[in-house]
Amino acid sequence: MIGARRERSVIPGFGITFGFTTFFLCAIVLLPLTALVMKGASMDWARFIAVVTNPRAIASYKLSFGASLQAASINIVFGFIVAWTLVRYRFPGRRFVDAIIDMPFALPTAVSGLALTAVFAGNGWIGQYLEPLGIKVAYAPLGITLALTLIGMPFVVRTVQPALLELPRDVEEAAATLGASPAYTFFRVILPALMPAILTGFTLAFARGVGEYGSVIFIAGNIPLQTEITPLLIVIRLEEYDYAAAAALGCVMLAISFLMLLTINLLQHWGRRRVSAAGRR
Amino acid sequence: MTRALLIAVSIAFLGTLLFAPLAVVFITALSHGWEAWLTSFSDSDTGAAIRLTLIAAAIVVPLNTLFGICAAWCIAKFEFPGKSFLITLIDLPLAVSPVVSGLVYVLMFGLQGWFGAWLQEHDISIIFALPGIVLATMFVTFPYVARELIPLMQQMGNDEEEAAITLGAGGWFTFFHVTLPRIRWGLMYGVILCNARAMGEFGAVSVVSGHIRGLTNTMPLHIEILYQEYNFVGAFAVASLLSLLAVFTLIIKSLLEWRMGIRHR
Repeated sequence: MIGARRERSVIPGFGITFGFTTFFLCAIVLLPLTALVMKGASMDWARFIAVVTNPRAIASYKLSFGASLQAASINIVFGFIVAWTLVRYRFPGRRFVDAIIDMPFALPTAVSGLALTAVFAGNGWIGQYLEPLGIKVAYAPLGITLALTLIGMPFVVRTVQPALLELPRDVEEAAATLGASPAYTFFRVILPALMPAILTGFTLAFARGVGEYGSVIFIAGNIPLQTEITPLLIVIRLEEYDYAAAAALGCVMLAISFLMLLTINLLQHWGRRRVSAAGRR
Repeated sequence: MTRALLIAVSIAFLGTLLFAPLAVVFITALSHGWEAWLTSFSDSDTGAAIRLTLIAAAIVVPLNTLFGICAAWCIAKFEFPGKSFLITLIDLPLAVSPVVSGLVYVLMFGLQGWFGAWLQEHDISIIFALPGIVLATMFVTFPYVARELIPLMQQMGNDEEEAAITLGAGGWFTFFHVTLPRIRWGLMYGVILCNARAMGEFGAVSVVSGHIRGLTNTMPLHIEILYQEYNFVGAFAVASLLSLLAVFTLIIKSLLEWRMGIRHR
């Protein structure tokens, strides 16, 4: 009965909504992305390779990937602690802290970049104490890591938080009753169960970091071969009216985006399977 | 012991990363007093930047809202092959770098782009003009409303709509009187997030805007220009306005989450 009802819906509007959705999707997203791929594909293969393996481009990949990896790693440690604190403990101001986690989603990236630079510059609130220690944050690779940590933080907290909430407490209690130490319970029971969520958060933060532009360019210093991220190199090529080179680098970044998207989907699929397996048990 | 330590670590981490930068924006913006803060908005280029940001958001947000509702209706109410692929495609802009999101439009409408020559012949400017800014912003904020509404409407099922239709209500009537009241908080949630991103977008708009002062500079781009000119009070004044928008967005978002009864998203 239920299956039969699904097949022929009495609800109208499929044609118009499906038509508008696909039309809008094609016009705004798919057609422009095709333009990028076609532009990249229309290039002479040798020239394409020369552009994307140019030392300046290679240095920018290393920086973008390196800083994003560092930032995502910092985030899975501290983001996990924040998520744990918010889920497991009650303390004054908890709801406020919970609400402000999403700040990086709402705050324009230019503002976060500008503000971080002001805080971590040599004369800034925190920078003035780091500078004498020989730690240069603003206008150095460390600053890029910092900006990407800020941008990626909510992705980790917001994927770990629900997973932590759903984690059945009785499993921990069972482990404790059977004589497991808290550390053993954490590393052998809690952490494995949260792994899909942690890895999803890591990948989301990483993917966001690789493409990030606004917050980074304020704090990076933007010196070629040293603190120049790949998106900035694309902008520079565009400003030189070298559309082909910009498109080639854009294709590389797009390929990375697709790869990240695929990884995220696989991780989420894995996470869902884990949850349903736990449910059956 | 562990509890106190973990709370302290969390607060210290968020304090350094979130509170300090936000506080510095407001303190620097007001470092020369309220009057200097207000005066920085009387600058005509700053005024133009604010207007442009509002105009772009006023075009982008309604269009993406309309799209979001259409997409959610078609995906949540009907079964068809390729549905999950369609959802993936709708989410695609979230995975693309903002710079690439701007670049794709330059490659379509720029001088060397697909339609560049034709546009120039007909004296239509898209890149380095408002249409380009609108398109790039639309790309970046494309999934925001849809991805809020799709799970919400899927979860609600079709029973109430089917009942309304069976009782003789028309499609539009059913939408406005049955569906809309049930999804309005989720819809508002998507709309304010879409709006915050639309007004704050930097990378994509930066690529297509051309940075013409007073003409194609949005607020985030104007911050960069003022900052490069060492006009720190001006830069931070504009930044403080955008920060207020972010704080306002977060407050509404928290209220809506409370209203929808969702504790964590």
